Amino acid sequence: MCREIFGKSGSEETHMKKRRNSLILRALLTAVVVAAVLAGLQRVLMPKYTGADREGSMIGEYYSQEKDHDVIFIGDCEVYTNFSPAVLWEEYGINSYIRGSAEQLIWQSYYLAEETFTYEKPKVLVFNVLSMMFDEPQRESYNRMTLDGMRWSVSKIKCIEASMTEEENFIEYVFPILRFHDRWSELTKEDFTKAWKKDPVTFNGYYMRVDILPAENIPEERKLGDYRFGENAYSYLDKLTELCREEGVELVLIKAPSLYPPWYDEWDQQIVEYAEIHGLKYYNLLDAAEEIGLDYSTDTYDAGLHLNLSGAEKLSRYFGAILAEDCGLQDRRQERELALKWEEKLKAYREEIRRQKTLTDDGADR
Amino acid sequence: MLFTSYEFIAFFFLLTVLYYLIPGRYQWMLLLAAGYVFYWAADPDYLIFLLAVTVLTYVAALLIDRSLVNQKKYLKIYGEGMDRQAKKEYKALQGKKRKRIIVWFLVMTLSILASAKYINFFILNLNGILRMMGSGGQISFINLLLPLGISFYTFQAIGYMLDVYRGDISAEKNFFRYALFVSFFPQLVQGPISRFQDLARTMWEPHPFRGKNLQNGLLRVLWGYFKKLVVADRLFIAVSLLLGQPEEYCGAYAVVTMVFYTVQLYADFTGGIDITIGMAQVLGIEVQENFRRPYFSKSLKEYWRRWHISMSSWFRDYVFYPVSASRAIQRISKAAGKLWGTKAGKRLPVYLSSFVVWLATGIWHGASWNFVVWGLLNWVVLMVSEELEPLYARFQRKFALSGRLPYRLFQVGRTFLLVCILNLFDCYEKVSVTLKMLASVFGAENWKIFADGSLLRLGLTAADYIVLAAAVLMMVSVSLAQRRGSVCARVAGMRYPVQAAVWMGLFLMVLLFGTYGIGYDAGQFIYNRF
Repeated sequence: MCREIFGKSGSEETHMKKRRNSLILRALLTAVVVAAVLAGLQRVLMPKYTGADREGSMIGEYYSQEKDHDVIFIGDCEVYTNFSPAVLWEEYGINSYIRGSAEQLIWQSYYLAEETFTYEKPKVLVFNVLSMMFDEPQRESYNRMTLDGMRWSVSKIKCIEASMTEEENFIEYVFPILRFHDRWSELTKEDFTKAWKKDPVTFNGYYMRVDILPAENIPEERKLGDYRFGENAYSYLDKLTELCREEGVELVLIKAPSLYPPWYDEWDQQIVEYAEIHGLKYYNLLDAAEEIGLDYSTDTYDAGLHLNLSGAEKLSRYFGAILAEDCGLQDRRQERELALKWEEKLKAYREEIRRQKTLTDDGADR
Repeated sequence: MLFTSYEFIAFFFLLTVLYYLIPGRYQWMLLLAAGYVFYWAADPDYLIFLLAVTVLTYVAALLIDRSLVNQKKYLKIYGEGMDRQAKKEYKALQGKKRKRIIVWFLVMTLSILASAKYINFFILNLNGILRMMGSGGQISFINLLLPLGISFYTFQAIGYMLDVYRGDISAEKNFFRYALFVSFFPQLVQGPISRFQDLARTMWEPHPFRGKNLQNGLLRVLWGYFKKLVVADRLFIAVSLLLGQPEEYCGAYAVVTMVFYTVQLYADFTGGIDITIGMAQVLGIEVQENFRRPYFSKSLKEYWRRWHISMSSWFRDYVFYPVSASRAIQRISKAAGKLWGTKAGKRLPVYLSSFVVWLATGIWHGASWNFVVWGLLNWVVLMVSEELEPLYARFQRKFALSGRLPYRLFQVGRTFLLVCILNLFDCYEKVSVTLKMLASVFGAENWKIFADGSLLRLGLTAADYIVLAAAVLMMVSVSLAQRRGSVCARVAGMRYPVQAAVWMGLFLMVLLFGTYGIGYDAGQFIYNRF
């Protein structure tokens, strides 16, 4: 009767409170343990991109850099294999970085540029136009190599949405463990040792290869039914142009001197026209191969698709002059702090050249 | 929106949150909306079928119910002034009216099912007959969509209509409440085929949030996903390869096919039902069990009492009993009694009604001859077993086998093998192929596939086989543990660290070893297509 009138007794209330607190504590503890285990597992299961697929590591390496670059390169393999920021620094005092990734599509380049501008405002943004050939999402594995390395931001979310193929699901980008869960049977020691920390695979975004595979049999150009770039590709080029204009960054269009995939005259003409209309600089470096001094029997590591170190250094010397003269970039080698940083980077760069050359001389695989 | 899709998981999560946030009296409305959204997400055109079945059975039940109520009222008012004969005649007249209603509405409802599922099967056979008759004319097939789970909700709705007709239940007057009974999303596409009296009222009641429901329900859901994603979809990889090339994968491979398929079917269907029951439990609704450890059955008869229980009982109540009690069967029974004695006279109605049931069961499973043969083979085995029952009993008595573990294990193994063989008719679309595959087992010379690594070329790696073996062992262990009651409830009663370990372990197994994502295209549950 008393209980009905006065409600629960004091001790009962305390007991209930204790029980409720204990339940909350358990729930929190479980949530923390589950989150920690899942985060750990995700780290272990995600590809480490340190073997033949090391291109997947490139995008993420940018975040550990000092963000005061004069030039940022964006684009596909034709930027990260063909330009050496080390040469640009050594020869012209240009501080540059390559935000390149394998089969980087133009919308990915756009969102990478957008994201980069939240960290820094370079003087020049160099965009390789080969990706104009694609008008729609291509392959999941290549999307991953660009997107997984990006830090979470609005740009990344938009980039994922623009890049997803039909088979992909947004949530698998949010929780990559859902995508890579089936790697459990192929895990190696490296997956555990490199789960939290791994060595960089690039030098300011440059992917070095010293080996040589001469360009001998270039596949014949296949005739296309329609040479006009797609509307989607154009819309992102427009957005990129507009973004650079808004941010006060000079957009420079280039076509890197790779022999394959083919760069049709009809495509080139469209870019020439686009650059003219929008007041942009466009350099078709493929046409300048002779002037650059490229020798495709010694300057490529995969028969003309990508340049090796020798080719990349020749191209960088040539393009560095353009950047300095046409874009008015200043020599910054007198900046002590920056010079010291570059000194360290150049040391590592040269060490890697030595290491790769030794391996190549020994006939071993890189 | 499949149960295994991310979209569905998000849908269920949001629904559950909303379900417990809104006042209890509106919960059933939310479930109704959810059912229609769920079905619409699969294909907006499916809704036409769902609505048509719902409206037809709703109207039929109302008409029948009104007739019953009017009859009662009439007899109450005028009954005293009527003699027995007049009452009987009046009742018979009303009964006839109701019969006409039920027959018409049954035909209309079944026509919907037939038009969606069986029209092309009908055309195929008609074309065959035309060919045999030498006619050059052939009827073109109709490109119709087969709505997910149409057999399930149609049978559930028909069951309701028949229950009202029999006077077992009153018709539901509120259309929307009834619509929820037909469209309750967890069981919409693969059952169980629930009874109105079991399910409907619990769906309309307010359900306050209960931690236990959430805990037990979610664990059951997780276990369902484990069966589906870790076992069924992993086996699907090999099974689809084996079924796709019967010429290559015959002989010993046929044994692999039937065993793999039987395990896959079990994990797929029971996994789906676990998800259904678990989700309903999370929402505070109790859905009847559809399986009772079927692969531990000692005979095919027992197996069918334990496998897809809701379907078996549906056929028993709405086909077997009415058919065996029908005048035609009774007449045949009498005639048989006169010809072959009382015993045969008593058995014949059972056998004939069973024949009808198994024919219908076969057709229910799919619109092709392999399912018809599968159904009739089940009937043959069951009837032969029934006839041999006294012989078995004598044999068991003589050798004192009954109840002994080795003999029980033998019986379980024998039944499993029999189910495997029968399931082979479910696998291949052509009966001739199934027969060839079965024949190839006897002359097989490729038994070495079990030792020479051939099984590793079926799309499954050694690691996959280890996962499968462990998972099957887990399923067997859980089945054994179920003999002592609900495993989920027992886990809920364990100490926190043990409980947490069970949850975590199961969750991680589903997450890591589940066959889902890019590169896998299993997804749909086998019984969704029925």
